[in-house]
Amino acid sequence: VYNFAANYFQEKVIPGHETRSVEALCWAAGDRLFGAGLSGDITEYDLALLCVARSVDGCGGPIWSMAANSSGTQLAIGCEDGSVKLFQVVPGGIQFERNLDRRKGRILCLSWHPSDTHIAAGSIDFLRVFDVCSGNSQIMVNYHVLKVRRECIVWSIAFLSSGTVITSDSFGRVQFWDWQRGTLMESHTVSTSAVLSLAVSEKEDSIIVGTSTGATYQFQLLPVKMGSLEKRWVRTKPFQHHTHDVRAVAHSSTALISGGLDAQLVIRPLMEKMQKKGYDAALRKFTFPHRRLVSCARKARLLLFQFSQHLELWRLGSTDETGKDGEVLPLCRMPEHLVQLKSKGPEHIYCSCVSPCGSWVAYSTASRFHLYRVQYEGDGISIKKVPKVPKLLLPAYQLQFSSDSGSLFVASARGSVHVLQLLEPGGCKHLHTFRPPSGSPEAVYLLASSADGHWLAAVGGDWAIHIYDLKCFKHHCTVPTYSCAVTALAIHPVTNNLVIAYSDQQLFEFSIPEKQYTAWSRMVQNCGLHRVWLERDSPITHITFNPKNPSHILLHDIYMFCVLDKSLPLPDNSALLMNQSTLKQLPETARQRQLHAFKICKKFQPLLFADLLDENCLVMVERPIMDIKTQLPLPIQQKKFGT
Amino acid sequence: MYSVATEETLRVMGGHADLVTGVQLNPHNHMQLYSSSLDGSIKLWDFMDGIPIKTFTVGSKLLALYALASSEDSVFVVIPKSGERDTFQLVSVKLTKAAGQDLEAKELSVVLDGVDTSPKRIAFGREGEYVASVKEVNLQVFFFKRKQLNRFSVSAIKTKSGNNHFTCIACHPTEDCIATGHADGKIRLWRNFYHKKDYTFSTLHWHHDTVMDLAFSMEGTSLLSGGVESVLVLWHNESDCQKDFLPRLGSAIEYISMSSDGALCCTLHTDNRITIINSNLRFSKSIQGLIKSKTGLVVDPRTKALVLNGEPGHLQFYCLQSDQQLFSLDIVQRQYIHQAGLNQADLVKVAFSAQGKWLATVEEREEVTDPELQLKLWFYDEETQSFKLNTRINMPHEDHITDMCFREMDELEDDSLILVTAGRDCVFKVWVMVEDTDPEGSVSWSCDFVGSYHNYQATNCCFSEDGSLLAVSFEETVTVWDSVTWDLKCTFCHPPGKIRNICFGRLTCSKYLIGATDYGFLCCWNLLSCASKISLNMCNPVQPLLAVIQRALTAVQEVFVFKPNEPRPIYIQRNLCKEKIQLAAFVPRDEPETIGSEKYHWLRRSQLFFLTDTQELMTLSTKSLEERLTPSSKQLAVEESLPVTPFSLLLGKHRRQQSHEDIDLGKLVHNKHKQESPAVKELLHTPAHVLPSASFLCPIFINSLLISKENKSAEEVADEVEMESEKTEDDSDEERGVTEMEQEDTSAMELLGEMTCKLSKSQEKELRKIRKMDYSWISAF
Repeated sequence: VYNFAANYFQEKVIPGHETRSVEALCWAAGDRLFGAGLSGDITEYDLALLCVARSVDGCGGPIWSMAANSSGTQLAIGCEDGSVKLFQVVPGGIQFERNLDRRKGRILCLSWHPSDTHIAAGSIDFLRVFDVCSGNSQIMVNYHVLKVRRECIVWSIAFLSSGTVITSDSFGRVQFWDWQRGTLMESHTVSTSAVLSLAVSEKEDSIIVGTSTGATYQFQLLPVKMGSLEKRWVRTKPFQHHTHDVRAVAHSSTALISGGLDAQLVIRPLMEKMQKKGYDAALRKFTFPHRRLVSCARKARLLLFQFSQHLELWRLGSTDETGKDGEVLPLCRMPEHLVQLKSKGPEHIYCSCVSPCGSWVAYSTASRFHLYRVQYEGDGISIKKVPKVPKLLLPAYQLQFSSDSGSLFVASARGSVHVLQLLEPGGCKHLHTFRPPSGSPEAVYLLASSADGHWLAAVGGDWAIHIYDLKCFKHHCTVPTYSCAVTALAIHPVTNNLVIAYSDQQLFEFSIPEKQYTAWSRMVQNCGLHRVWLERDSPITHITFNPKNPSHILLHDIYMFCVLDKSLPLPDNSALLMNQSTLKQLPETARQRQLHAFKICKKFQPLLFADLLDENCLVMVERPIMDIKTQLPLPIQQKKFGT
Repeated sequence: MYSVATEETLRVMGGHADLVTGVQLNPHNHMQLYSSSLDGSIKLWDFMDGIPIKTFTVGSKLLALYALASSEDSVFVVIPKSGERDTFQLVSVKLTKAAGQDLEAKELSVVLDGVDTSPKRIAFGREGEYVASVKEVNLQVFFFKRKQLNRFSVSAIKTKSGNNHFTCIACHPTEDCIATGHADGKIRLWRNFYHKKDYTFSTLHWHHDTVMDLAFSMEGTSLLSGGVESVLVLWHNESDCQKDFLPRLGSAIEYISMSSDGALCCTLHTDNRITIINSNLRFSKSIQGLIKSKTGLVVDPRTKALVLNGEPGHLQFYCLQSDQQLFSLDIVQRQYIHQAGLNQADLVKVAFSAQGKWLATVEEREEVTDPELQLKLWFYDEETQSFKLNTRINMPHEDHITDMCFREMDELEDDSLILVTAGRDCVFKVWVMVEDTDPEGSVSWSCDFVGSYHNYQATNCCFSEDGSLLAVSFEETVTVWDSVTWDLKCTFCHPPGKIRNICFGRLTCSKYLIGATDYGFLCCWNLLSCASKISLNMCNPVQPLLAVIQRALTAVQEVFVFKPNEPRPIYIQRNLCKEKIQLAAFVPRDEPETIGSEKYHWLRRSQLFFLTDTQELMTLSTKSLEERLTPSSKQLAVEESLPVTPFSLLLGKHRRQQSHEDIDLGKLVHNKHKQESPAVKELLHTPAHVLPSASFLCPIFINSLLISKENKSAEEVADEVEMESEKTEDDSDEERGVTEMEQEDTSAMELLGEMTCKLSKSQEKELRKIRKMDYSWISAF
């Protein structure tokens, strides 16, 4: 779930389930989110606990489509067996209401008329309109009759208040039908391959369609002449941001949003709807989750990678030699894949962590929490599951080991954080549970502990940061709330200052002992950050420190790695933010004058993780886009001019 | 004005003093049209009769003209903004309704500022509601009623295929939709442009290069576009997926225009052609003008047509009398790829044999490392009435071929036919026909002799009139070779400067070899004495050099006409045109023209044509332009104000002849002879009831008989040799000259002076006169 107000931050993630693929999603009755899929169940999600709240069998085989009516009181689902079923949305769940007229052929798409009296449904070779009151259906279009050689699959449908039904089909056409007369008003061929998805703006004057070639097109309802009432749908802007099928599109009031098989979410703002240039007016592409999927055991030099259903533990290679910038040093020890942990069951992993000493690994799924003791015997490795893990309120949303590897902090629902003490050789016990003093319905999603083991900071879904005292197990203070989501936080090992990065790219430094923002943080707020810094499009996902140089803060997002030097002046908007390459060419004296606090390196892209192992060793984890692309199915072959 | 049905030029209207920049039908009267010109005037024409009705003087240069149905009494023109260089504005000009032919139109009001000069970049929208103009990356739309100006721009993107600057614009006839073409080949369809912010556009992309012009169909349901690809694209319903093509239009499309009934559209091409296309996108007609030439001006002896480069890889046969293309011959026979920056094979040299039976062509592909050359020989097939490829020779020379000529023998024996090519690889090659070994007995060409001279580049070659001698110029030297034994006979040199052009004299002057050098010298060598006779400094580099019959011609911007044996030009025309004359050719006339003035006598038998740098074809004529453009039959009808009937034509011709008789009797004599006494022919072929009275016909008939008898001696030579229109005495003098030359041939080594030769001529003349004198009166004594 992305939060538009917080710069499209990926705020909530509900981990998947192998058997529950989601074919349709809809919001109903306010902020309730429903999903339906080929498992045949209608699922309601709990957005506070980030898990399945309840699930109801649709009783019609796999569900291909689902739509909520305009008031959000009813859900209609289209099933494999050709039935359209109505469900009542009631507090605490949904209730089966009735079956509408059933015909053969899977219902691939559904759309309610805004007056809630009719439903248009598309299936293979048929376009039907259901009367909600009587439950009767009438065939509006039969593609068989239209003498089409191949079968025509209606992939997506929209019912406008004017009575126009818009369909997109496998022949690459977007067609506009008059529902009352059953006549075709306009037909636009946009592609030689299928048009898979379609979305209408709220004002019903613009639609977006997505095709299987990865292109999206906008159609607009425009007056034919100035001042005349006659309007026509005109294909206006084409966009090619995807390489594969565009499976889903959405039309917000200011942007066109598309997502496809190439694992990208693209938000294309409509410039004419933008009042001013700013963060919203730029194209956004999301390929990676906005959270950390890699954890690092600094002392043991291990990396733990979290995949959807397994974990991989790697030992880093090392070198004895030193060299200059740009050189590749020969390794004296190769990186080593130590162990692969497969999670049991169909559920996806929520979170995972490895302890700094490398001897503990923990992960959690929706229903289980696992803690492992890893022992290294020479070259060999033995892994042992810790038995009798305390029964906690599951799932765990974030796991964090203390810096001495003596305890494990488990972020849990309702703002609570459990502290588990780790016992040698391979045991654990529940020590304490922190709860925010005022209580909170949302789960904690980020944790940070101090190096001296004194403090623990926790952020919940309500974006409040609570700091707990680990020595006396009590709530220490709350950081003043800020109107944006926290994307990363860390406690400085020397000064015990809490550094917080927000999704609007602001940085704060909060002194835990003094319970107030530091002077540097106030200075940053007064001066303001550089414009280019604020317009970056991906959030900071990890913060770390250099213990040898307390004024350095190391930050990174997907596209850059930054060393923030608090001892240097902040750049003003006229200065160049990414000035590392120009600095290199300057003589020493001039360089001193040009220096500013942000030292940015864009060499590693896309960057999943960066951490400082010791004073002269930094580990970077890159995930090349090509690695992802090779795992995708082949895109549709298109002839391109000049190739 | 052309006829769409027959491709014929119907009328030529002239009257502007400078380039005509715009032609628009009068929207209120479809029999009238407006035209604008750089001379600052707008003219209103009755184009059916070709009469200028009114002239409106605006004053400043007019670069484009637009006429609108919605504006009653004004037209729109693009003029330079006063006081600023390179800025132009669109103004509306009020055309006053006052009486009189020449009117002042000073009432201007500025509509748009900062427009482009090209007429393609301004368009008027639906019912004249708005006007849109594009320049570089900006589009501006002005709404007349609301007085609102909206500006839009596309972000300037520069890719390797080009930028996205606007190149042309068209407005939908019924809807608020503007189509713009871009330099990167995209077409954008703008809508909603009355909102400054909410405007939107969609993109159509097929062209890979600049979109040159756009046109909407009359109902606006389809859009036509064209560009360098020379493909006309028809877009249906503004959809990217529905389009039709009319490919292979020959050359890049410059303009597209729709007829007002929507039945036809026409495209203008860069190679001076108008193509007329049916509404169902089928090629209908094409009106072809002269195409840019590399091969030079060559005259086809068979059709008397001018032959020069046509569309890429083709040879164009252009009829000068009717000013239209006769036909186009595909020489290269390869698919031409319409894309900028490609090196493609093209025709560079053409030569015809004397009878027009053989045609030699050279095509080359410009490559930096090694040029790709091909020499092709074509045989004229009487059955199909066209040239057939006989021999193809790959790489006839190692380097570019500089010149090529046939041995022009009058006899029809094939074995006398020789082709000589001169190349930059320092050799000239002689090609002869050989019988193939196959039983069909067909012939093909092969190389017979390769000659070179001190390793100089061979630049020109020329055969003497009788074919016995070949002159080849090697940079600064002219060499003369025996065409039988291929021995080097003698060399001539006239420093300084390389030889640019050489030519043998004809008929009486056939003993002279004329050469032109880089530094403006024209030299004439007497082959008998091997001495340089004339050397003239022309001040300017001599451009083309021709020696047809007895004259040589040289020109830069001036034209000089010489006789090879006289150092004084017989005709000088200075400041002929602004551009440099590149090529020139004498084209024989079908029938000799009557020219009164002695000065222009040399123009009687043939016409002189020039081609300038800017590809303008010019000719010298004693008649005024209008006189030449009106067909003779019409001219007559107008003069006599009689209906054109066969009878009146016949009568008219006789009257004309009669009048000619009065002026120049000798000339008429010649005419009669040539036409095989048309009087007799007409007398026998015309039905009796339309014949004029016998008393009228009698003198003509008798005259014709008389003359045939008188001219009998000249008949042998007169067949194809063109003669001077001098008195009969001169004719016989010419005969004398020929016999004399034969005598001189035998005594060539004696090196007789020119003066002694001339003296003997005059002496003989005297003698002849004495002999011809009637001494019969003596017998009476």
